[in-house]
Amino acid sequence: MSTTDWPLWEVFVRSRRGLSHTHAGSLHAPDAEMALRNARDLYTRRGEGVSIWVVPAAAVTASSPDEKDPFFEPAADKPYRHPTFYEIPEGVKHL
Amino acid sequence: MTATGPATVPVTAALALGDDALVLSHRLGEWAGQAPVLEEEVALANIALDLLGQARFLLSMAGDEDELAYLREERAFRNLQLAEQPNGDFAHTIARQLYFSTYQQLLYAELAAGEGPFAPLAAKAVKEVTYHRDHAEQWTLRLGDGTETSHERMRRACEALWKFTGEMFQPVEGLDADWAGLDRRWQESVADVLGRATLPLPEGPRTGAWSAGAGRQGLHTEPFGRMLAEMQHLHRSHPGASW
Amino acid sequence: MATAAPQRTARTQAAGAPDTVDTAAYQHAFDAAVAADERIEPRDWMPDAYRATLVRQIAQHAHSEIIGMQPEANWITRAPSLRRKAILMAKVQDEAGHGLYLYSAAETLGTGRDELLDKLHSGRQKYSSIFNYPTLTWADVGAIGWLVDGAAITNQVPLCRCSYGPYARAMVRICKEESFHQRQGYELLLALSKGTPEQHAMAQDAVDRWWWPSLMMFGPPDDASQHSAQSMEWKIKRHSNDELRQRFVDICVPQAESLGLTLPDPDLRWNEERGHHDFGPIDWTEFWEVLKGNGPCNEQRITQRRRAHDEGAWVREAAAAHAAKHTGTTSGTADTTGETEAERA
Repeated sequence: MSTTDWPLWEVFVRSRRGLSHTHAGSLHAPDAEMALRNARDLYTRRGEGVSIWVVPAAAVTASSPDEKDPFFEPAADKPYRHPTFYEIPEGVKHL
Repeated sequence: MTATGPATVPVTAALALGDDALVLSHRLGEWAGQAPVLEEEVALANIALDLLGQARFLLSMAGDEDELAYLREERAFRNLQLAEQPNGDFAHTIARQLYFSTYQQLLYAELAAGEGPFAPLAAKAVKEVTYHRDHAEQWTLRLGDGTETSHERMRRACEALWKFTGEMFQPVEGLDADWAGLDRRWQESVADVLGRATLPLPEGPRTGAWSAGAGRQGLHTEPFGRMLAEMQHLHRSHPGASW
Repeated sequence: MATAAPQRTARTQAAGAPDTVDTAAYQHAFDAAVAADERIEPRDWMPDAYRATLVRQIAQHAHSEIIGMQPEANWITRAPSLRRKAILMAKVQDEAGHGLYLYSAAETLGTGRDELLDKLHSGRQKYSSIFNYPTLTWADVGAIGWLVDGAAITNQVPLCRCSYGPYARAMVRICKEESFHQRQGYELLLALSKGTPEQHAMAQDAVDRWWWPSLMMFGPPDDASQHSAQSMEWKIKRHSNDELRQRFVDICVPQAESLGLTLPDPDLRWNEERGHHDFGPIDWTEFWEVLKGNGPCNEQRITQRRRAHDEGAWVREAAAAHAAKHTGTTSGTADTTGETEAERA
């Protein structure tokens, strides 16, 4: 069984030039070349893409939901990183 | 010899190319629900749909697409015998794809570069066919250089279909192509893929004893009649009906 | 995405601590997320029963797409015009694609596709019973598109808001693609209905045979539905079986009129008071019989599926063997299979 169980690949598609690749889904393939071709057939058969990346699912390192708070909460209390934090007198342009 | 405008479409050539595409598309359609893996269902259907699109365009150049597809008798079809060969196992289908798509790619590239009536179609189709050939190549490499079983199956398939490959390079009336040059490049290309797939280049004759130029002259193999019977039966059962 | 099983992580970290306290906290977070209409994602903690329900439902849905290819593929080689042939081929291809999207969604829950297929092949997981009915004429292709896909869409649109993220996202993609399926079926039937008397009769016969099985696709009546209440609570399911069935009947009645075809139910009539159509009783005995395996095509469908899978084994093995030999050119992916599976288990 294990010899026929092809690995899983994550597929990223650039829908048109100027946009970044976004995750479209996943598929099984024996190797990278076939993964790319399968992705083309499966995820762009209605003209949804101009470029494809495939990444072995096993190669993705993801943050853990258990670490959500230490990972993301500290970024929430730094309003000075956002332009709306600053008051600019009315009438000042190009800022 | 080459027709130059839509008013003078070379019907024989349109039928030859159109029938190739129609018949092979039909054969690939028989795989639906039977492919070795789901991803391959999608891939084979894509190829079949490309070919069906080409067929409809080409047959429409020669007349009414449905009349031509559904109301001609077996002897009036002009497709290559290679295209009509039954699917066999996946190796046979891939060998048929490799031989045919390599031929189609070389021919369409040449037609696309010319100014004949098929140039616009060929320019579009050559992109599709390049992908078909790549698909066949990828699978030839994997089956040839995969397991012992797959190697053996692929070797047998390449050999079994070899006798249908000579017919592809018989000149077709209305198609301005360097047939001998196409044949040479076809052999180089196929030999290269088979070599990388650790498969021997088949030996033996590339045409049958009595059937040189056969499909193009309306001489087909027995399975083709049954294929047409299935394909045409419903349409013929309701003469004049619209669908 | 990659899915190191969250449950394990959580539990492992909680080793030593009283398990119940920890689980209660996770359960609380889960309930709050569902209540707030947030999506649950693969690595989030989720109750075992939620996970099991999703795997069962998504797998059944995926299997239905794959088995559902058969009754329609039955007509690809006989499609009566090249235009119809192209449409049908594209449709059956979409079904393979939809199966793939759904198997991927199921895999994010830690069950590999091979395992799911194995369960399908051995009868341990089901697919929609509708595909155990045969396609006897060309008009059946139209009836499947209009009624079966129509019922499926009615069922599926609410699933685009399902609480489980990957399933909801797969459904968004599928629903977008499905709408062509239903329209082509309707158009096909319309051409037949307005065609020759023989064609019209063919269309009516198909609708007569597919109408009741389509209504059964919404599942048993609410009072007999085993999983409904819990699924509604989890927001895997958003409407009850009977609600969706009623919605479907109301949609179909005027569509049938425009087709010039009748729906085979003498009790079908508008109920002003309810603001809905009343319809006759459904033969649930037939439903349960087909579900049990006694439908006209149960055995045939599984046999063909198994045969395709078994006959394809050497191909899948060959590609895996090739990848193993050429690891250098394939980013070392050939031997990650085991790891991926382990991680997902």
